[in-house]
Amino acid sequence: MTARELLDTYLAIYEKMLLIRRFEEKAGQLYGMGKIGGFCHLYIGQEAVVVGVDSVKKKGDQVITSYRDHGHMLSCGMDPKGVMAELTGKKTGYSKGKGGSMHMFSKSKDFYGGHGIVGAQVPIGAGLAFSNKYKKNKSVCFTYFGDGAANQGQIYETFNMASLWKLPVVFIIENNQYAMGTSIDRASSTLKLFSRGQAFNIPGQLVDGMDVLKVSKATELAAKNCRNGNGPYILEMNTYRYKGHSMSDPAKYRTREEVQNIKDKKDPIENFQKYLFNQGVKEDEFKKIDQKIKGSISEAAEFAIESEEPELSDLFKDVYL
Amino acid sequence: MSNIEILMPALSPTMEEGGIAKWLVKPGDTIRAGDLIAEIETDKAIMEFESASDGIICELLVEEGSNQIKVNTPIALISDESSSTKDRKVTKKHSNNSSSLNTNQLDHKSSDSGDGEEIKEGQKLFTVREAIRDALAEEMRTDQNVFLMGEEVAEYEGAYKVSQGLLDEFGSERVIDTPITEHGFTGLAAGAAFGGLKPVVEFMTFNFSLQAMDQIINTCAKTLYMSGGQMNCPIVIRGPNGAASQVAAQHSQDFAPWFASVPGLKVVQPFSANDAKGLLKSAIRDPNPVIFLENEILYNDKSASSKISDQLIPIGKAKVLVEGSDVTLVSYGIGIKHSLSAVELARDIDISVELIDLRSIRPIDYETVFESIKKTNRCITVEECFPICSIGNHLSASVMESIFDYLDSPIINCNGKDVPMPYAKNLEKAALLNPEEILNAIKKVTYRD
Repeated sequence: MTARELLDTYLAIYEKMLLIRRFEEKAGQLYGMGKIGGFCHLYIGQEAVVVGVDSVKKKGDQVITSYRDHGHMLSCGMDPKGVMAELTGKKTGYSKGKGGSMHMFSKSKDFYGGHGIVGAQVPIGAGLAFSNKYKKNKSVCFTYFGDGAANQGQIYETFNMASLWKLPVVFIIENNQYAMGTSIDRASSTLKLFSRGQAFNIPGQLVDGMDVLKVSKATELAAKNCRNGNGPYILEMNTYRYKGHSMSDPAKYRTREEVQNIKDKKDPIENFQKYLFNQGVKEDEFKKIDQKIKGSISEAAEFAIESEEPELSDLFKDVYL
Repeated sequence: MSNIEILMPALSPTMEEGGIAKWLVKPGDTIRAGDLIAEIETDKAIMEFESASDGIICELLVEEGSNQIKVNTPIALISDESSSTKDRKVTKKHSNNSSSLNTNQLDHKSSDSGDGEEIKEGQKLFTVREAIRDALAEEMRTDQNVFLMGEEVAEYEGAYKVSQGLLDEFGSERVIDTPITEHGFTGLAAGAAFGGLKPVVEFMTFNFSLQAMDQIINTCAKTLYMSGGQMNCPIVIRGPNGAASQVAAQHSQDFAPWFASVPGLKVVQPFSANDAKGLLKSAIRDPNPVIFLENEILYNDKSASSKISDQLIPIGKAKVLVEGSDVTLVSYGIGIKHSLSAVELARDIDISVELIDLRSIRPIDYETVFESIKKTNRCITVEECFPICSIGNHLSASVMESIFDYLDSPIINCNGKDVPMPYAKNLEKAALLNPEEILNAIKKVTYRD
């Protein structure tokens, strides 16, 4: 790979992170306008995690996560229009308006949701990995969960089986420091979440989840370990959520200064942009990307607002196949 | 110097009779308490049996290979070491050899069988246990993506002997022993289903399904709908459901109405062996999640044993098991066993009962039920579950909404009692359905009480 090719790869990573940021900002705005209802969990601040992981994903690898899932979907290559239309509850959405923010899927992009119950996606992710092993393909399932879910019992049931059966699953703990309003030190007896697999002989590693290249590098090694038949791997991504747990969160559990400090010093997109700038990427190139994303976000928003609601006759469809 | 009788032991909660697979001692052998004396075939497994006393084996009263020996029948005599063999009591040998050691294939001579079909003399009948195993094996042969997972399904061959021989035939990649971790392995199986496989999950009993309820309801049942029809969950979750015998409250509950209340699940609870096989094959081929409720007591029950056809039984289709004209009994699962007895009791007093086996409780075959009630104008529902929010409650409401004018009498719901299951034998019996209660209901709706 030439230096320029490498930069282009990096720019694509930058573009994806920015797309997620702008998408989420727009989603927050539409929520405020009453266009999006229910629960809406924004991913702003955590972009480097999912984009870094995605950068080493191979064709056939699956992704599954919890309800803070918009970033994962965009990163998988799902169409922002379909995601936004689902948020607004329209029939053009990925789940035809029946899933909403927390429940979206795309089999063709190997994205398996979008799960609303904290921790429930983890055994399902191991099951996807089980299907890879059963079919003897080399695919890996990237199974995300948060620091809050890390205290769910089924996580440890899954660790045990994944290790026992050497399933190709990378467990990615997105530690954004708060399980809803409870900081990790108030909820966890031990803070080293990456070492929670020790009892099951699952190797774990702490990763700076605000640095997309570090995320990418760590994930590459973990995935390789899985593909080689060595069983599961845990990556704890140290990250931070800028917005509240959901849109209705007054965020009284942390100070404005704390959030501002992270934004100033650790912002994954700004820092990566500086890095690329120092590597020789021109102002113009950033501007071009900015413009392109602005266009696709307003297109997505417009599509989501203009699209029609589901037909009432759809109410009883898709209960059974 | 007295001889001590060794009796056929009860080695499982549901064992009523057993066989001597092998004698490990012979007359004249000196034994100590704790020594193995025989291998006994129970209704579930072949178990080693130890002597409880010291002594000398005087006589084996039952030949090796004998079976269907009632629990508490003397099977051997021992004397204590000081007594001589001359003292031994001479007892007539109990010989009850069947033509083959395979006790699963019963020789039925009666004309009634679990699926209501006429049985010719000497015809081989299959137990529900065998039928389920055969359905699993046949579907696993046909479709490489079908696999079985659960606690003790592989090397132990099933806690209730249902998966006998499957590990040998299909290997450990497709017949998978899990850790005791219901929530985890049910979620894992759901993920495998999303990944293109067709898991059959065995719960050792459905009492343990409560541990996995979130994955069953929130994942298996709802994902197709939540994904706008993109992602189906072709999983079968099966195992014994309902009361067994004196295993008390936490191990004796019928969960049929719980699952039947959830859109996205299909729920079946067969009675006869033929229905069990045909419905399980349909369940495995179904692209939706199917809850397949079995019953421990019916696994080896003669009334549920039947001929087996190769036909699939469609999910959602009830069966008129007995035709009649005065009262419609609607039941499913083990309720059918009690209902069949009640039908006989009613016949003795000249009441003609039509018995419908729902077989599927989601979807329910309303049409078959309604057609029968239009003819008999009376209806009784029979099921083992608790009386509140039962399938009978739902059917009563449906009948009233749809064909109220056809009713000549209020519908009566016969259910298990509204109490946690007690342990004591007499209390347990009182808490469960019985044919007399059903008969009383029959008399009441026909104004014969």
